[in-house]
Amino acid sequence: MIPSAFDYAAPDSLDVALQTLADGGEEAKPLAGGHSLLPLMKLRLAAPTLLVDLRRVPGLRSVEREDGSWRIGALTRHADLQGRRELGAVGEATALIADQQVRNRGTIGGSLAHGDPASDLPTVLLAMEGAVTVRGGAGTREITAADLFQDYLTTAVAPGEILTEVRVPALEGWGHAYEKFSRRAEDWAMVGVCALVQRGEDGSCADVRVALTNMGSTPLRALAVEESLRGGPLDDGAIAAAAEQADEGTDPPGDLNASPQYKRHLARVLTRRALRRAAEG
Amino acid sequence: MSTRVPIRLSVNGRAHELEVEPRLLLVHLLRDQLGLTGTHVGCDTSNCGACTVHLDGEAVKSCTVLAVQADAAEVTTIEGLTGGDGLHPLQAAFWEDHALQCGYCTPGMIMAAADLLARNPDPSEEEIRHGLEGNLCRCTGYHNIVRAVRDAAAELRAREAGARTTEVV
Ligand SMILES: Cc1cc2nc3c(=O)[nH]c(=O)nc-3n(C[C@H](O)[C@H](O)[C@H](O)COP(=O)(O)OP(=O)(O)OC[C@H]3O[C@@H](n4cnc5c(N)ncnc54)[C@H](O)[C@@H]3O)c2cc1C
Ligand code: FES
Ligand code: FES
Repeated sequence: MIPSAFDYAAPDSLDVALQTLADGGEEAKPLAGGHSLLPLMKLRLAAPTLLVDLRRVPGLRSVEREDGSWRIGALTRHADLQGRRELGAVGEATALIADQQVRNRGTIGGSLAHGDPASDLPTVLLAMEGAVTVRGGAGTREITAADLFQDYLTTAVAPGEILTEVRVPALEGWGHAYEKFSRRAEDWAMVGVCALVQRGEDGSCADVRVALTNMGSTPLRALAVEESLRGGPLDDGAIAAAAEQADEGTDPPGDLNASPQYKRHLARVLTRRALRRAAEG
Repeated sequence: MSTRVPIRLSVNGRAHELEVEPRLLLVHLLRDQLGLTGTHVGCDTSNCGACTVHLDGEAVKSCTVLAVQADAAEVTTIEGLTGGDGLHPLQAAFWEDHALQCGYCTPGMIMAAADLLARNPDPSEEEIRHGLEGNLCRCTGYHNIVRAVRDAAAELRAREAGARTTEVV
């Protein structure tokens, strides 16, 4: 399978990349790892007329700690993040994306700009209440996770804009877990759950966040679960009762692998597992 | 028609300067233009791993990389794995352990296994199965592949230890 023809540029600065994108018009697209875009182009589901490859733009591949947050450059690959304990749920979830070959190419910025509800990092960003920085002709702006994911494959990153950086709070002292269910190795999540738990001194739940993968057209917060646990005990019974509300307010579409009912069931079970693990720290 | 793009890359240690169409996939550059047919196309949809090569030392699926993205990079294919004569310990172990039947998946499997062993020189059986998730084999049932990777890992560690001893002496 061969993509339709397109023009290609690999500028060596962000300013030139933005200018090239602007000159390329509506059908010009940035290219990061290419592991969402190229498969779509090979199937001819996407046919951009110009790809602006970001690989030579300096300063976009880094992980830095600053004032209680991690700042991660948009071109940082899943492989650069996988398994890094200090990054909490980001390190855990990146290790579960696809396979090593895909992780060696795919980037955090590409994943978040693409906004596939079956992908893992949007859910983690939403749970961690992170944000992204984007640059465009009109300057720089910050988009919070809550505003970023708008619909299926639709994010607030506008055409002509480049996502440059991802910021997540370090959440020190919080426990985290990302539970992902798929039937075959390497597959996308049928459903995924990111749970973050902060225990108070008396062992109760000081704060909690739960977000869901593939339960709708965007990643979703399971607010009913959070409300039911916050301020209360964190024993198995309380967690199990809260997890029963994981699918509340969701409307998951059925697909080849799972009916809506089955996805709802998975959301409840995985939320229970994720909360138990996160509550252990 | 899109404008052709000049690229320079090294493939198995040999420098190449080429002009390519932007939509040319790396796997087609390797197979059709450079004649390196050891890299296979199985699925063409980024799933099977038969097209796995190393890009700057890491395994990638060359059906999902544009040749232009490999500009300025070092590519290694199964033909270049040893850098010389003889078999790489992974190739030898696949042979010894009967880790292939038709052989279609084998080049990609070995290139992915080499990436795994670079990250983790002593993987458990579980870690090998997890590490080779991106590669499908329709013949062997995987058991002998896992065994071959363990044996190759042991051989590579022994060589490494031998090299260290020689340095000390
Ligand atoms: C076989 C396979 C299995 C996969 N399984 C999973 C999985 O289980 N979980 C998962 O989360 N993902 C999975 N993925 C997707 C993978 O993680 C992608 O690499 C990732 O979603 C996109 O990142 P990328 O860098 O490859 O982006 P690209 O494909 O380069 O770009 C994707 C889109 O985002 C835009 N874009 C990219 N970077 C920027 C930027 N900096 N600023 C603005 N726009 C940008 C592009 O124009 C394009 O529209 C899988 C992919 C494959 C091929
Ligand atoms: S041919 Fe590339 S992954 Fe199957
Ligand atoms: S040996 Fe035939 S596909 Fe693996």
